[in-house]
Amino acid sequence: MSFLRAFAAFTTGSIRVVTRGSVAYFAWMAALLALVVVGAIAYSGQFEHGLIRTGMRDPVSWGFYIGNFTFLVGVAAAAVILVIPAYVYHWKPIKEIVLFGELLAVSALAMCMLFVLADMGRPDRLLHIVPLIGNMHLPSSLLAWDVVVLNGYFYLNLTVVTYLLVSWFRGRDPDKRFFTPLVLFSIPMAVGIHSVTAFVYNGLAGRPYWNASILAPRFLVSAFCSGPAVMLVLLQVLRRVTKLDIKREALSKIAELMAYAMFVNLFFLGAEVFKEVYSDTHHLKHLEYLYFGLEGHTALVPWAWTSFVCNVAAFVLFVVPRLREKALWLNAGCVLIFAGVFIEKGIGLVVPGYTPSVLGEIYEYAPSTTELLVSAGIFGIGALLFTATTRVAIAVVRGDLRLEAETQAAAA
Amino acid sequence: MSDDGVTRRAVLGAAAAGAGLALAGCRKQLVDEFVSTRLAEMDRDQVRRFVGELETRYREQYGRDVHVADTPAEEGVLFAYGLDLDRCNGNRKCVEACVEENNQSRGGTGHGAPIQWITVLEMDKERGVDLDHANMYYDAEQVPREGHFYLPVQCQHCDNPPCTKVCPVEATWKEPDGIVVIDYDWCIGCRCCMSACPYGARHFNWTEPNLPAEQLNPEMHVLGNRPRMRGVVEKCTFCVQRTRRGLYPACHEACPTGARVFGNLLDPASEIRQLIERKRVFLLKAELNTRPSFFYFYG
Repeated sequence: MSFLRAFAAFTTGSIRVVTRGSVAYFAWMAALLALVVVGAIAYSGQFEHGLIRTGMRDPVSWGFYIGNFTFLVGVAAAAVILVIPAYVYHWKPIKEIVLFGELLAVSALAMCMLFVLADMGRPDRLLHIVPLIGNMHLPSSLLAWDVVVLNGYFYLNLTVVTYLLVSWFRGRDPDKRFFTPLVLFSIPMAVGIHSVTAFVYNGLAGRPYWNASILAPRFLVSAFCSGPAVMLVLLQVLRRVTKLDIKREALSKIAELMAYAMFVNLFFLGAEVFKEVYSDTHHLKHLEYLYFGLEGHTALVPWAWTSFVCNVAAFVLFVVPRLREKALWLNAGCVLIFAGVFIEKGIGLVVPGYTPSVLGEIYEYAPSTTELLVSAGIFGIGALLFTATTRVAIAVVRGDLRLEAETQAAAA
Repeated sequence: MSDDGVTRRAVLGAAAAGAGLALAGCRKQLVDEFVSTRLAEMDRDQVRRFVGELETRYREQYGRDVHVADTPAEEGVLFAYGLDLDRCNGNRKCVEACVEENNQSRGGTGHGAPIQWITVLEMDKERGVDLDHANMYYDAEQVPREGHFYLPVQCQHCDNPPCTKVCPVEATWKEPDGIVVIDYDWCIGCRCCMSACPYGARHFNWTEPNLPAEQLNPEMHVLGNRPRMRGVVEKCTFCVQRTRRGLYPACHEACPTGARVFGNLLDPASEIRQLIERKRVFLLKAELNTRPSFFYFYG
């Protein structure tokens, strides 16, 4: 049977897997769907009236949408980078780790693209950036490069996961000559999407908070924390529901690597703080705004310290072997690290870059209800996508979804 | 539109003659069908047709006779601005004249805040030009206040503009006469240029702009003061609709203190050249190497 016919059978099988499940599963999916509907309603208001529905204004012209976008690029990148330790330490179910890492990457990237779309003043002009139809400003525009690498990475991951799943579905061993080069290529691409996204901010000389060389390295190390945090939880789920031999040592090793990444992240933060505080130039204002507030404007202060405390606590939990080997502390660490990096990238990176503004104005940004609801909706779409694809992948990995069974069912 | 556009068309033409024929043809068709054409890629005839369409549209929309110019940059002209900080007293007449001339949104309920292309900063004399202590919300009725001086900021029309290079769709560029312009019909509203501008010169239409018909300035330029739409960026164009006809910018004419100097940098006899010869000038945020065409000086 040709690949296409197998793919058709795979699709129908997948739909069956996704549309069946326990009450808890349907409750979860319904809750996500409700979130998506609420987000869509909020977005329709923004679409009709414009970005005035957000908290953004001229002095702070990017906000929560672009912050979420930045955070999720990190999640997408790091899930795949887990492949490196998997190879180095010979973790057995390496193909499976690749598979689920890339599934996470695909969902995260879908959310990234939706966040960029939500932030556009003229979403109706989206085609203007499509090469040949519109005009992509290369090589000069970093945002144009970001569109290139994010799309490239998205389709690369989509190809690998589709190939792996359909191969197993057909009961065949995936051809290493085909997928190994793609997986290896996705590693520099993962670093690439994160670096290019960092460079979008980094290249703006008029914004000293972003115009620091530490930005791209900090992006990478903080992503090494947030992406694997999701993977760690997922791998524990997989241990329960599949026969995959995911060793406890592997989980502990991932947590240990995350602790090192978090240490480097905190060290980079320290380096940044030292430079700004000791040299005490105008550039210090942005950091001051984030951690202490400026002229009574303190909206970010509690968030900044929450993020710092989460990051330090997660570091302690993951660096002490006795703690990270206990499931409770391991998962607590994952939640802390996810929250810490989410605040750091989602709010702490974007807003202080604009506060004070280039002309010294302090406009205190806070996301509007529309922004919060639209963002929740986009996270809902991502979670729906990830739940559905993970379920299909688990069914394939467990052997519940097989071509033979599908053909027999069709014949009967 | 620009020299750049001409070269690109020439390149496209050459490509069409060769192997690129099919591709270029296909692209043209797609462009016509789905999206408007970028102004920078239009030839003179296309621009004229487009301008004609705009005039019809604005006449219907505002019920007034309008003229949309498409005057290209003149050869041998490079515009530059000078501003005398000794004379400026912060009266903000330039801001008002700019809003009226350039059809900025007046704001109001359902239209957000008014848009102004010039920001006048009030500063402490003892601190000098220190943006961290600048106040843009001072009362213009009370000027000049004791111990303060005033610094108007608008688009600096940089020679090395950080805003144009970040645009992902090339909707903004520098014209041969030095004016940095925006194609309002091509801008996708990503606001990268606003993050890139070190002078806060770019402004966004967060919602539908409010421009009452009776306040419309009917003398327009396709790259300048024609009405903008929701979701796009706008900024000072050195009053391209005036300066390419040999007039001074509106802010220059409105200034009651004579603080403003404008002219052709390539003309040795021009006031702006004389200014640079005779006075010592300074550039805002010179350390960023944006190389502004906007020169500040004292008396």
